[in-house]
Amino acid sequence: MNAIQMILVVVVAFLAGMEGILDEWEFHQPLVACTLIGLVSGHLSLGVMLGGSLQMIAMGWANIGAAVAPDAALAAVASAIILVQGGQGVSGIGTATGIAIPLAVAGLFLTMIVRTISTAIVHIMDSYAKKGNWRMINVWQWIAVCLQGLRIAIPAAALLAIPSSAVRAALSSMPSWLTEGMTIGGGMVVAVGYAMVINMMASREVWPFFAIGFALAAINDLTLIALGAIGLSLALMYLALEDKAGKGGSSNNAASGTGDPLGDIIDDY
Amino acid sequence: MADKKISLTKADRFNVMWHSQFLQGSWNYERMQNGGWAYSLIPALRKLYSNKDDMSAALQRHLVFFNTHPYLASPIIGVTLALEEDKANGAPVEDEAIQGVKVGMMGPLAGVGDPVFWYTVRPILGALGASMAISGNVMGPILFFVLWNLIRIGFLWYTQELGYKAGSAITKDMSGGLLQKVTRGASMMGMFVLGALIERWVSINFVPVVSKTPIQKGGYIEWSKLPDGAAGIKQALIQYNNGNGLSLTKYKTTTLQNNLDQLIPGLAALLLTFLCMWLLKKKVSPIWIIIGIFVVGVLFHLWGIL
Repeated sequence: MNAIQMILVVVVAFLAGMEGILDEWEFHQPLVACTLIGLVSGHLSLGVMLGGSLQMIAMGWANIGAAVAPDAALAAVASAIILVQGGQGVSGIGTATGIAIPLAVAGLFLTMIVRTISTAIVHIMDSYAKKGNWRMINVWQWIAVCLQGLRIAIPAAALLAIPSSAVRAALSSMPSWLTEGMTIGGGMVVAVGYAMVINMMASREVWPFFAIGFALAAINDLTLIALGAIGLSLALMYLALEDKAGKGGSSNNAASGTGDPLGDIIDDY
Repeated sequence: MADKKISLTKADRFNVMWHSQFLQGSWNYERMQNGGWAYSLIPALRKLYSNKDDMSAALQRHLVFFNTHPYLASPIIGVTLALEEDKANGAPVEDEAIQGVKVGMMGPLAGVGDPVFWYTVRPILGALGASMAISGNVMGPILFFVLWNLIRIGFLWYTQELGYKAGSAITKDMSGGLLQKVTRGASMMGMFVLGALIERWVSINFVPVVSKTPIQKGGYIEWSKLPDGAAGIKQALIQYNNGNGLSLTKYKTTTLQNNLDQLIPGLAALLLTFLCMWLLKKKVSPIWIIIGIFVVGVLFHLWGIL
Protein backbone atom coordinates (compact mmCIF):
# COMPACT_ATOMS: atom_id res chain seq x y z
CA MET A 1 0.00 0.00 0.00
CA ASN A 2 1.20 3.50 -0.73
CA ALA A 3 0.97 6.46 1.64
CA ILE A 4 -2.34 7.77 0.27
CA GLN A 5 -3.96 4.35 0.59
CA MET A 6 -2.72 4.06 4.17
CA ILE A 7 -4.19 7.45 5.05
CA LEU A 8 -7.51 6.46 3.50
CA VAL A 9 -7.53 3.20 5.49
CA VAL A 10 -6.97 5.18 8.69
CA VAL A 11 -9.85 7.51 7.70
CA VAL A 12 -12.13 4.50 7.21
CA ALA A 13 -10.97 3.19 10.60
CA PHE A 14 -11.83 6.55 12.17
CA LEU A 15 -15.34 6.47 10.71
CA ALA A 16 -15.80 2.90 11.89
CA GLY A 17 -14.70 3.86 15.41
CA MET A 18 -17.16 6.78 15.53
CA GLU A 19 -20.00 4.63 14.31
CA GLY A 20 -19.11 1.86 16.73
CA ILE A 21 -20.62 4.07 19.42
CA LEU A 22 -23.08 6.20 17.43
CA ASP A 23 -24.70 3.23 15.69
CA GLU A 24 -26.30 5.38 13.00
CA TRP A 25 -24.65 5.14 9.57
CA GLU A 26 -23.31 1.66 10.32
CA PHE A 27 -19.78 2.26 9.01
CA HIS A 28 -18.62 -0.10 11.75
CA GLN A 29 -20.56 -3.09 10.43
CA PRO A 30 -18.06 -5.50 8.83
CA LEU A 31 -20.00 -5.48 5.59
CA VAL A 32 -19.38 -1.74 5.21
CA ALA A 33 -15.99 -1.35 6.93
CA CYS A 34 -14.25 -4.27 5.18
CA THR A 35 -15.66 -3.21 1.81
CA LEU A 36 -14.40 0.36 2.25
CA ILE A 37 -10.93 -0.85 3.29
CA GLY A 38 -10.92 -3.18 0.31
CA LEU A 39 -11.94 -0.29 -1.92
CA VAL A 40 -9.26 2.17 -0.78
CA SER A 41 -6.51 -0.45 -0.76
CA GLY A 42 -7.35 -1.76 -4.22
CA HIS A 43 -8.67 -5.16 -3.12
CA LEU A 44 -12.38 -4.44 -3.42
CA SER A 45 -13.76 -7.93 -4.00
CA LEU A 46 -11.53 -9.38 -1.28
CA GLY A 47 -12.84 -6.81 1.20
CA VAL A 48 -16.44 -7.48 0.13
CA MET A 49 -16.02 -11.23 0.71
CA LEU A 50 -14.40 -10.79 4.13
CA GLY A 51 -17.12 -8.29 5.07
CA GLY A 52 -19.79 -10.80 4.12
CA SER A 53 -18.38 -13.61 6.21
CA LEU A 54 -17.65 -11.38 9.23
CA GLN A 55 -21.13 -9.83 8.99
CA MET A 56 -22.65 -13.27 9.47
CA ILE A 57 -20.68 -13.67 12.70
CA ALA A 58 -21.38 -10.15 14.00
CA MET A 59 -25.11 -10.47 13.40
CA GLY A 60 -26.20 -10.44 17.03
CA TRP A 61 -23.64 -7.98 18.36
CA ALA A 62 -25.53 -4.87 19.48
CA ASN A 63 -24.99 -1.99 21.90
CA ILE A 64 -27.81 -2.31 24.37
CA GLY A 65 -27.81 0.04 27.32
CA ALA A 66 -24.52 -0.48 29.09
CA ALA A 67 -24.29 -4.12 27.97
CA VAL A 68 -21.04 -5.31 26.46
CA ALA A 69 -21.05 -6.93 23.02
CA PRO A 70 -17.86 -7.77 21.13
CA ASP A 71 -16.68 -4.78 19.13
CA ALA A 72 -17.40 -5.21 15.43
CA ALA A 73 -15.48 -2.08 14.41
CA LEU A 74 -11.98 -3.16 15.47
CA ALA A 75 -12.61 -6.74 14.34
CA ALA A 76 -13.65 -5.60 10.87
CA VAL A 77 -10.96 -2.97 10.37
CA ALA A 78 -8.02 -4.96 11.73
CA SER A 79 -8.85 -8.22 10.01
CA ALA A 80 -9.35 -6.40 6.69
CA ILE A 81 -5.93 -4.77 7.04
CA ILE A 82 -4.33 -8.12 7.88
CA LEU A 83 -6.05 -9.78 4.94
CA VAL A 84 -4.86 -7.12 2.50
CA GLN A 85 -1.31 -6.96 3.91
CA GLY A 86 -1.01 -10.74 4.14
CA GLY A 87 -1.48 -11.10 0.39
CA GLN A 88 -2.97 -14.58 0.62
CA GLY A 89 -6.05 -13.56 -1.34
CA VAL A 90 -9.33 -15.40 -0.92
CA SER A 91 -7.69 -18.30 0.94
CA GLY A 92 -6.72 -15.91 3.74
CA ILE A 93 -10.34 -15.04 4.61
CA GLY A 94 -10.73 -17.94 7.05
CA THR A 95 -7.63 -16.95 8.99
CA ALA A 96 -8.54 -13.27 8.97
CA THR A 97 -11.97 -14.15 10.36
CA GLY A 98 -10.36 -16.18 13.15
CA ILE A 99 -8.00 -13.33 14.03
CA ALA A 100 -10.94 -10.90 14.13
CA ILE A 101 -12.48 -12.48 17.22
CA PRO A 102 -9.76 -11.71 19.81
CA LEU A 103 -9.60 -8.24 18.26
CA ALA A 104 -13.32 -7.79 18.89
CA VAL A 105 -12.58 -8.39 22.56
CA ALA A 106 -9.68 -5.95 22.56
CA GLY A 107 -11.95 -3.34 20.98
CA LEU A 108 -14.38 -3.87 23.83
CA PHE A 109 -11.83 -2.77 26.41
CA LEU A 110 -10.92 0.26 24.33
CA THR A 111 -14.61 1.25 24.23
CA MET A 112 -14.82 0.97 27.99
CA ILE A 113 -11.80 3.23 28.38
CA VAL A 114 -13.31 5.90 26.11
CA ARG A 115 -16.68 5.68 27.84
CA THR A 116 -14.93 6.28 31.13
CA ILE A 117 -13.11 9.30 29.71
CA SER A 118 -16.49 10.58 28.48
CA THR A 119 -17.67 10.69 32.08
CA ALA A 120 -15.10 13.42 32.66
CA ILE A 121 -16.16 15.14 29.45
CA VAL A 122 -19.79 15.51 30.53
CA HIS A 123 -18.58 17.15 33.74
CA ILE A 124 -16.77 19.71 31.61
CA MET A 125 -20.05 20.16 29.70
CA ASP A 126 -21.80 20.79 33.03
CA SER A 127 -19.50 23.67 33.82
CA TYR A 128 -20.10 25.25 30.40
CA ALA A 129 -23.84 24.75 30.78
CA LYS A 130 -23.72 26.84 33.95
CA LYS A 131 -22.23 29.66 31.90
CA GLY A 132 -24.80 29.12 29.15
CA ASN A 133 -21.98 28.46 26.67
CA TRP A 134 -23.52 26.11 24.10
CA ARG A 135 -20.59 26.43 21.72
CA MET A 136 -18.25 24.63 24.08
CA ILE A 137 -20.80 21.85 24.64
CA ASN A 138 -20.79 21.28 20.89
CA VAL A 139 -17.01 21.26 20.89
CA TRP A 140 -16.77 18.73 23.71
CA GLN A 141 -19.39 16.52 22.10
CA TRP A 142 -17.20 16.46 19.02
CA ILE A 143 -14.10 15.71 21.07
CA ALA A 144 -15.91 12.72 22.59
CA VAL A 145 -16.96 11.48 19.14
CA CYS A 146 -13.41 11.90 17.82
CA LEU A 147 -12.00 9.92 20.76
CA GLN A 148 -14.23 7.04 19.70
CA GLY A 149 -12.88 7.42 16.16
CA LEU A 150 -9.28 7.38 17.38
CA ARG A 151 -10.06 4.22 19.35
CA ILE A 152 -10.01 2.35 16.02
CA ALA A 153 -7.85 4.68 13.93
CA ILE A 154 -4.79 4.36 16.20
CA PRO A 155 -4.71 0.52 16.25
CA ALA A 156 -5.28 0.58 12.48
CA ALA A 157 -2.32 2.91 11.97
CA ALA A 158 -0.20 0.69 14.23
CA LEU A 159 -1.13 -2.38 12.16
CA LEU A 160 -0.24 -0.54 8.96
CA ALA A 161 3.15 0.33 10.43
CA ILE A 162 4.04 -3.38 10.54
CA PRO A 163 5.71 -4.13 7.20
CA SER A 164 3.53 -6.34 5.02
CA SER A 165 6.41 -8.79 4.59
CA ALA A 166 6.29 -9.46 8.35
CA VAL A 167 2.51 -10.00 8.22
CA ARG A 168 2.99 -12.31 5.26
CA ALA A 169 5.71 -14.31 7.02
CA ALA A 170 3.64 -14.67 10.18
CA LEU A 171 0.58 -15.83 8.26
CA SER A 172 2.45 -18.29 6.07
CA SER A 173 4.17 -19.80 9.09
CA MET A 174 0.78 -20.91 10.39
CA PRO A 175 0.33 -24.63 9.73
CA SER A 176 -2.47 -25.62 7.36
CA TRP A 177 -4.38 -27.64 10.00
CA LEU A 178 -4.66 -24.47 12.05
CA THR A 179 -5.92 -22.26 9.23
CA GLU A 180 -8.31 -24.94 7.98
CA GLY A 181 -9.57 -25.52 11.50
CA MET A 182 -10.12 -21.79 11.94
CA THR A 183 -12.12 -21.65 8.73
CA ILE A 184 -14.30 -24.50 10.04
CA GLY A 185 -14.64 -22.71 13.38
CA GLY A 186 -15.60 -19.54 11.53
CA GLY A 187 -18.44 -21.42 9.87
CA MET A 188 -19.79 -22.54 13.23
CA VAL A 189 -19.17 -19.42 15.30
CA VAL A 190 -22.02 -17.69 13.47
CA ALA A 191 -24.34 -19.65 15.77
CA VAL A 192 -23.29 -17.58 18.81
CA GLY A 193 -24.66 -14.36 17.33
CA TYR A 194 -27.94 -16.01 16.44
CA ALA A 195 -28.18 -17.53 19.92
CA MET A 196 -27.72 -14.07 21.47
CA VAL A 197 -30.55 -12.65 19.35
CA ILE A 198 -32.88 -15.59 19.99
CA ASN A 199 -32.32 -15.35 23.74
CA MET A 200 -33.43 -11.71 23.57
CA MET A 201 -36.50 -12.26 21.42
CA ALA A 202 -37.80 -15.71 22.16
CA SER A 203 -41.21 -16.06 23.76
CA ARG A 204 -43.73 -18.84 23.55
CA GLU A 205 -45.72 -17.28 20.73
CA VAL A 206 -42.75 -16.74 18.37
CA TRP A 207 -41.19 -20.23 18.44
CA PRO A 208 -43.50 -21.62 15.71
CA PHE A 209 -42.24 -18.85 13.41
CA PHE A 210 -38.70 -19.99 14.10
CA ALA A 211 -39.56 -23.60 13.24
CA ILE A 212 -41.27 -22.67 9.97
CA GLY A 213 -38.34 -20.49 8.95
CA PHE A 214 -35.86 -23.27 9.71
CA ALA A 215 -37.78 -25.87 7.75
CA LEU A 216 -38.44 -23.64 4.74
CA ALA A 217 -34.81 -22.55 4.46
CA ALA A 218 -33.87 -26.05 3.28
CA ILE A 219 -35.64 -25.26 0.01
CA ASN A 220 -32.75 -23.67 -1.82
CA ASP A 221 -34.93 -22.04 -4.47
CA LEU A 222 -36.28 -19.63 -1.88
CA THR A 223 -34.02 -16.58 -1.80
CA LEU A 224 -33.55 -14.54 1.32
CA ILE A 225 -35.94 -11.91 -0.02
CA ALA A 226 -38.59 -14.56 -0.64
CA LEU A 227 -38.10 -15.90 2.89
CA GLY A 228 -38.38 -12.37 4.28
CA ALA A 229 -41.65 -11.88 2.41
CA ILE A 230 -43.04 -15.13 3.81
CA GLY A 231 -41.97 -14.21 7.34
CA LEU A 232 -43.49 -10.74 7.11
CA SER A 233 -46.75 -12.09 5.71
CA LEU A 234 -47.02 -14.71 8.44
CA ALA A 235 -46.48 -12.10 11.15
CA LEU A 236 -49.06 -9.75 9.61
CA MET A 237 -51.57 -12.57 9.22
CA TYR A 238 -51.06 -13.66 12.82
CA LEU A 239 -51.67 -10.18 14.17
CA ALA A 240 -54.66 -9.58 11.89
CA LEU A 241 -56.28 -12.90 12.79
CA GLU A 242 -55.69 -12.23 16.45
CA ASP A 243 -57.63 -8.95 16.13
CA LYS A 244 -60.43 -10.67 14.24
CA ALA A 245 -60.65 -13.52 16.72
CA GLY A 246 -60.91 -11.04 19.56
CA LYS A 247 -63.76 -9.10 17.92
CA GLY A 248 -65.51 -12.12 16.41
CA GLY A 249 -65.46 -13.95 19.71
CA SER A 250 -67.13 -11.11 21.55
CA SER A 251 -69.86 -10.65 18.91
CA ASN A 252 -70.62 -14.37 18.94
CA ASN A 253 -70.97 -14.29 22.67
CA ALA A 254 -73.34 -11.36 22.41
CA ALA A 255 -75.43 -13.20 19.81
CA SER A 256 -75.74 -16.41 21.81
CA GLY A 257 -76.44 -14.35 24.89
CA THR A 258 -79.64 -12.93 23.39
CA GLY A 259 -80.42 -16.31 21.84
CA ASP A 260 -81.99 -14.64 18.80
CA PRO A 261 -80.88 -17.03 15.99
CA LEU A 262 -81.95 -20.08 17.91
CA GLY A 263 -85.24 -18.40 18.90
CA ASP A 264 -85.96 -17.64 15.22
CA ILE A 265 -85.45 -21.27 14.24
CA ILE A 266 -87.79 -22.48 16.98
CA ASP A 267 -90.38 -19.91 15.98
CA ASP A 268 -90.28 -21.23 12.38
CA TYR A 269 -91.24 -24.67 13.61
CA MET B 1 -40.62 40.79 22.47
CA ALA B 2 -42.96 39.00 24.82
CA ASP B 3 -45.96 39.20 22.51
CA LYS B 4 -44.00 37.85 19.56
CA LYS B 5 -44.27 34.07 19.44
CA ILE B 6 -41.01 32.23 18.77
CA SER B 7 -41.57 29.04 16.83
CA LEU B 8 -39.24 26.40 15.48
CA THR B 9 -39.15 26.18 11.69
CA LYS B 10 -38.86 23.00 9.72
CA ALA B 11 -35.20 23.82 9.12
CA ASP B 12 -34.61 24.10 12.87
CA ARG B 13 -36.25 20.76 13.46
CA PHE B 14 -34.25 19.17 10.66
CA ASN B 15 -31.10 20.56 12.22
CA VAL B 16 -32.05 18.95 15.53
CA MET B 17 -32.66 15.65 13.76
CA TRP B 18 -29.23 15.89 12.15
CA HIS B 19 -27.58 16.61 15.49
CA SER B 20 -29.45 13.72 17.10
CA GLN B 21 -27.38 11.32 15.02
CA PHE B 22 -24.56 12.03 17.47
CA LEU B 23 -26.70 11.19 20.48
CA GLN B 24 -24.39 8.45 21.71
CA GLY B 25 -21.12 10.27 20.96
CA SER B 26 -20.34 11.09 24.58
CA TRP B 27 -21.94 7.94 26.01
CA ASN B 28 -20.63 7.63 29.54
CA TYR B 29 -21.09 5.42 32.57
CA GLU B 30 -22.50 8.19 34.74
CA ARG B 31 -25.39 9.74 32.80
CA MET B 32 -25.17 7.76 29.53
CA GLN B 33 -26.57 9.78 26.61
CA ASN B 34 -26.92 13.11 28.45
CA GLY B 35 -24.19 14.99 26.54
CA GLY B 36 -25.54 13.88 23.18
CA TRP B 37 -29.07 14.76 24.23
CA ALA B 38 -28.08 18.34 25.09
CA TYR B 39 -26.05 18.53 21.87
CA SER B 40 -29.09 17.41 19.84
CA LEU B 41 -31.33 20.11 21.30
CA ILE B 42 -28.82 22.97 21.03
CA PRO B 43 -29.99 24.17 17.57
CA ALA B 44 -33.51 24.58 18.96
CA LEU B 45 -32.48 25.99 22.35
CA ARG B 46 -30.35 28.65 20.66
CA LYS B 47 -33.41 29.91 18.83
CA LEU B 48 -35.75 29.70 21.79
CA TYR B 49 -33.57 31.22 24.51
CA SER B 50 -31.63 34.27 23.43
CA ASN B 51 -31.18 35.26 27.07
CA LYS B 52 -28.00 33.76 28.54
CA ASP B 53 -29.58 32.82 31.88
CA ASP B 54 -32.45 31.01 30.19
CA MET B 55 -29.98 29.23 27.94
CA SER B 56 -27.89 28.14 30.91
CA ALA B 57 -30.97 26.81 32.71
CA ALA B 58 -32.07 24.94 29.59
CA LEU B 59 -28.65 23.37 29.05
CA GLN B 60 -28.46 22.22 32.65
CA ARG B 61 -32.01 20.88 32.44
CA HIS B 62 -31.00 18.66 29.53
CA LEU B 63 -27.69 17.38 30.88
CA VAL B 64 -29.37 14.98 33.31
CA PHE B 65 -29.38 11.22 32.90
CA PHE B 66 -30.89 9.99 29.66
CA ASN B 67 -30.69 6.66 27.88
CA THR B 68 -32.82 4.98 25.26
CA HIS B 69 -32.47 3.39 21.86
CA PRO B 70 -30.66 5.97 19.67
CA TYR B 71 -33.40 6.03 17.01
CA LEU B 72 -36.36 5.92 19.38
CA ALA B 73 -34.97 9.06 21.00
CA SER B 74 -36.44 10.95 18.04
CA PRO B 75 -40.10 10.92 19.12
CA ILE B 76 -38.96 11.99 22.60
CA ILE B 77 -36.94 14.82 21.07
CA GLY B 78 -40.04 15.86 19.12
CA VAL B 79 -42.18 16.06 22.25
CA THR B 80 -39.43 17.89 24.13
CA LEU B 81 -39.17 20.44 21.32
CA ALA B 82 -42.91 21.08 21.56
CA LEU B 83 -42.68 21.53 25.33
CA GLU B 84 -39.61 23.77 25.18
CA GLU B 85 -41.29 25.91 22.53
CA ASP B 86 -44.32 26.42 24.78
CA LYS B 87 -42.06 27.21 27.72
CA ALA B 88 -40.05 29.74 25.75
CA ASN B 89 -43.32 31.44 24.76
CA GLY B 90 -44.26 31.86 28.38
CA ALA B 91 -46.47 28.84 28.99
CA PRO B 92 -46.14 27.49 32.55
CA VAL B 93 -44.24 24.31 31.64
CA GLU B 94 -42.37 23.11 34.71
CA ASP B 95 -38.95 21.52 34.44
CA GLU B 96 -40.44 18.48 36.12
CA ALA B 97 -42.97 18.08 33.29
CA ILE B 98 -40.20 17.95 30.70
CA GLN B 99 -38.23 15.50 32.84
CA GLY B 100 -41.33 13.38 33.33
CA VAL B 101 -41.97 13.11 29.61
CA LYS B 102 -38.36 12.14 28.93
CA VAL B 103 -38.16 9.52 31.65
CA GLY B 104 -41.65 8.21 30.97
CA MET B 105 -40.94 7.62 27.30
CA MET B 106 -37.33 6.44 27.29
CA GLY B 107 -37.95 3.09 28.98
CA PRO B 108 -40.82 1.74 26.87
CA LEU B 109 -39.30 3.09 23.66
CA ALA B 110 -35.94 1.44 24.26
CA GLY B 111 -37.88 -1.80 24.59
CA VAL B 112 -39.28 -1.28 21.10
CA GLY B 113 -36.08 -0.19 19.39
CA ASP B 114 -33.89 -3.14 20.33
CA PRO B 115 -36.06 -5.94 18.88
CA VAL B 116 -37.13 -3.91 15.84
CA PHE B 117 -33.81 -2.39 14.75
CA TRP B 118 -31.01 -4.47 16.26
CA TYR B 119 -32.70 -7.88 16.12
CA THR B 120 -34.93 -7.72 13.07
CA VAL B 121 -34.07 -5.02 10.54
CA ARG B 122 -30.29 -5.16 10.88
CA PRO B 123 -29.91 -8.96 10.86
CA ILE B 124 -32.22 -9.23 7.85
CA LEU B 125 -30.55 -6.48 5.83
CA GLY B 126 -27.14 -7.67 7.04
CA ALA B 127 -27.81 -11.26 6.01
CA LEU B 128 -29.18 -10.13 2.66
CA GLY B 129 -26.07 -8.04 2.01
CA ALA B 130 -23.68 -10.65 3.39
CA SER B 131 -25.14 -13.49 1.33
CA MET B 132 -24.39 -11.46 -1.79
CA ALA B 133 -21.02 -10.24 -0.49
CA ILE B 134 -19.65 -13.69 0.32
CA SER B 135 -19.39 -14.41 -3.40
CA GLY B 136 -17.71 -11.03 -3.94
CA ASN B 137 -20.76 -9.14 -5.17
CA VAL B 138 -20.27 -5.47 -4.28
CA MET B 139 -24.02 -4.87 -4.50
CA GLY B 140 -24.32 -6.62 -1.12
CA PRO B 141 -22.66 -3.91 0.99
CA ILE B 142 -24.18 -1.13 -1.14
CA LEU B 143 -27.69 -2.52 -0.71
CA PHE B 144 -27.21 -2.88 3.04
CA PHE B 145 -25.81 0.62 3.48
CA VAL B 146 -28.39 2.41 1.31
CA LEU B 147 -31.47 0.57 2.57
CA TRP B 148 -30.44 0.84 6.20
CA ASN B 149 -29.81 4.56 6.08
CA LEU B 150 -32.97 5.31 4.10
CA ILE B 151 -35.03 3.47 6.69
CA ARG B 152 -33.14 5.06 9.56
CA ILE B 153 -33.26 8.69 8.44
CA GLY B 154 -36.88 8.31 7.38
CA PHE B 155 -37.68 6.94 10.81
CA LEU B 156 -35.75 9.66 12.69
CA TRP B 157 -37.44 12.47 10.80
CA TYR B 158 -40.94 11.06 10.73
CA THR B 159 -41.11 10.11 14.41
CA GLN B 160 -39.54 13.39 15.52
CA GLU B 161 -42.18 15.30 13.56
CA LEU B 162 -44.85 13.03 15.01
CA GLY B 163 -43.64 13.79 18.53
CA TYR B 164 -43.39 17.52 17.83
CA LYS B 165 -46.92 17.77 16.41
CA ALA B 166 -48.58 15.56 18.97
CA GLY B 167 -46.76 17.15 21.90
CA SER B 168 -47.18 15.49 25.24
CA ALA B 169 -50.38 13.75 24.10
CA ILE B 170 -48.15 11.18 22.39
CA THR B 171 -47.05 9.66 25.69
CA LYS B 172 -50.42 7.94 25.94
CA ASP B 173 -50.26 6.55 22.39
CA MET B 174 -46.74 5.31 22.89
CA SER B 175 -47.58 3.05 25.78
CA GLY B 176 -50.71 1.83 23.97
CA GLY B 177 -51.37 -1.15 21.78
CA LEU B 178 -49.79 -0.10 18.49
CA LEU B 179 -46.20 -0.05 19.69
CA GLN B 180 -46.59 -3.35 21.41
CA LYS B 181 -47.97 -4.79 18.21
CA VAL B 182 -45.03 -3.51 16.19
CA THR B 183 -42.62 -5.06 18.66
CA ARG B 184 -44.40 -8.39 18.62
CA GLY B 185 -44.69 -8.43 14.83
CA ALA B 186 -40.99 -7.67 14.55
CA SER B 187 -40.13 -10.50 16.93
CA MET B 188 -42.20 -12.95 14.89
CA MET B 189 -40.63 -11.99 11.62
CA GLY B 190 -37.21 -11.85 13.28
CA MET B 191 -37.53 -15.37 14.64
CA PHE B 192 -38.70 -16.66 11.26
CA VAL B 193 -35.68 -15.18 9.52
CA LEU B 194 -33.35 -16.41 12.27
CA GLY B 195 -34.59 -19.95 11.78
CA ALA B 196 -33.87 -19.62 8.08
CA LEU B 197 -30.45 -18.07 8.65
CA ILE B 198 -29.35 -20.83 10.99
CA GLU B 199 -30.22 -23.42 8.36
CA ARG B 200 -28.47 -21.48 5.58
CA TRP B 201 -25.41 -19.97 7.20
CA VAL B 202 -24.21 -22.01 10.16
CA SER B 203 -21.99 -24.48 8.38
CA ILE B 204 -21.06 -27.75 10.00
CA ASN B 205 -19.94 -30.64 7.86
CA PHE B 206 -19.14 -33.97 9.50
CA VAL B 207 -16.74 -35.79 7.22
CA PRO B 208 -16.44 -39.31 8.72
CA VAL B 209 -17.60 -41.95 6.26
CA VAL B 210 -20.43 -44.07 7.60
CA SER B 211 -20.72 -46.55 4.79
CA LYS B 212 -19.08 -47.32 1.47
CA THR B 213 -21.11 -49.69 -0.68
CA PRO B 214 -20.27 -50.81 -4.22
CA ILE B 215 -22.66 -49.68 -6.97
CA GLN B 216 -23.77 -52.28 -9.50
CA LYS B 217 -22.45 -52.15 -13.02
CA GLY B 218 -24.19 -49.51 -15.13
CA GLY B 219 -24.73 -47.25 -12.13
CA TYR B 220 -21.36 -45.56 -12.46
CA ILE B 221 -19.33 -44.07 -15.26
CA GLU B 222 -16.92 -46.58 -16.73
CA TRP B 223 -13.98 -44.27 -17.34
CA SER B 224 -11.89 -46.83 -19.22
CA LYS B 225 -14.59 -47.24 -21.88
CA LEU B 226 -14.93 -43.53 -22.69
CA PRO B 227 -13.44 -42.12 -25.93
CA ASP B 228 -10.21 -40.11 -25.70
CA GLY B 229 -9.91 -36.32 -25.33
CA ALA B 230 -12.74 -33.80 -25.37
CA ALA B 231 -15.24 -36.34 -26.70
CA GLY B 232 -14.64 -38.44 -23.57
CA ILE B 233 -15.14 -35.47 -21.27
CA LYS B 234 -18.36 -34.61 -23.08
CA GLN B 235 -19.58 -38.20 -22.79
CA ALA B 236 -18.73 -38.29 -19.08
CA LEU B 237 -20.59 -35.03 -18.43
CA ILE B 238 -23.66 -36.31 -20.30
CA GLN B 239 -23.63 -39.50 -18.24
CA TYR B 240 -23.07 -37.61 -14.98
CA ASN B 241 -25.98 -35.25 -15.81
CA ASN B 242 -25.32 -32.75 -13.00
CA GLY B 243 -25.27 -35.48 -10.39
CA ASN B 244 -28.63 -36.89 -11.46
CA GLY B 245 -27.14 -39.54 -13.78
CA LEU B 246 -24.40 -42.04 -13.20
CA SER B 247 -22.07 -41.97 -10.23
CA LEU B 248 -18.47 -40.82 -10.64
CA THR B 249 -16.98 -43.71 -8.69
CA LYS B 250 -17.63 -47.39 -8.22
CA TYR B 251 -18.65 -46.88 -4.62
CA LYS B 252 -21.43 -44.96 -2.93
CA THR B 253 -19.99 -43.21 0.12
CA THR B 254 -22.28 -41.92 2.82
CA THR B 255 -20.82 -39.49 5.33
CA LEU B 256 -22.22 -38.79 8.75
CA GLN B 257 -23.42 -35.47 7.32
CA ASN B 258 -25.52 -37.21 4.63
CA ASN B 259 -27.27 -39.20 7.34
CA LEU B 260 -27.96 -36.12 9.43
CA ASP B 261 -29.28 -34.24 6.40
CA GLN B 262 -31.81 -36.98 5.83
CA LEU B 263 -33.36 -36.24 9.21
CA ILE B 264 -33.58 -32.53 8.53
CA PRO B 265 -31.00 -30.35 6.78
CA GLY B 266 -29.15 -28.15 9.24
CA LEU B 267 -29.88 -30.25 12.31
CA ALA B 268 -26.32 -29.96 13.62
CA ALA B 269 -26.43 -26.18 13.18
CA LEU B 270 -29.68 -26.02 15.10
CA LEU B 271 -28.30 -28.10 17.96
CA LEU B 272 -25.17 -25.94 18.10
CA THR B 273 -27.35 -22.83 18.31
CA PHE B 274 -29.39 -24.33 21.15
CA LEU B 275 -26.15 -25.21 22.95
CA CYS B 276 -24.97 -21.60 22.60
CA MET B 277 -28.33 -20.31 23.90
CA TRP B 278 -28.07 -22.61 26.90
CA LEU B 279 -24.49 -21.51 27.63
CA LEU B 280 -25.47 -17.84 27.31
CA LYS B 281 -28.34 -18.39 29.75
CA LYS B 282 -25.79 -19.95 32.13
CA LYS B 283 -24.02 -16.55 31.96
CA VAL B 284 -21.07 -17.87 29.97
CA SER B 285 -19.54 -14.87 28.19
CA PRO B 286 -20.17 -14.92 24.41
CA ILE B 287 -16.49 -14.28 23.89
CA TRP B 288 -15.52 -17.52 25.64
CA ILE B 289 -18.11 -19.42 23.60
CA ILE B 290 -16.67 -17.99 20.39
CA ILE B 291 -13.11 -18.88 21.38
CA GLY B 292 -14.31 -22.34 22.46
CA ILE B 293 -15.92 -22.96 19.07
CA PHE B 294 -12.68 -22.05 17.27
CA VAL B 295 -10.72 -24.44 19.50
CA VAL B 296 -13.26 -27.21 18.86
CA GLY B 297 -13.12 -26.47 15.12
CA VAL B 298 -9.34 -26.86 15.04
CA LEU B 299 -9.26 -29.98 17.25
CA PHE B 300 -12.10 -31.76 15.43
CA HIS B 301 -10.44 -30.98 12.12
CA LEU B 302 -7.20 -32.53 13.39
CA TRP B 303 -9.10 -35.64 14.46
CA GLY B 304 -10.84 -35.87 11.09
CA ILE B 305 -14.36 -35.29 12.37
CA LEU B 306 -15.01 -31.92 10.72
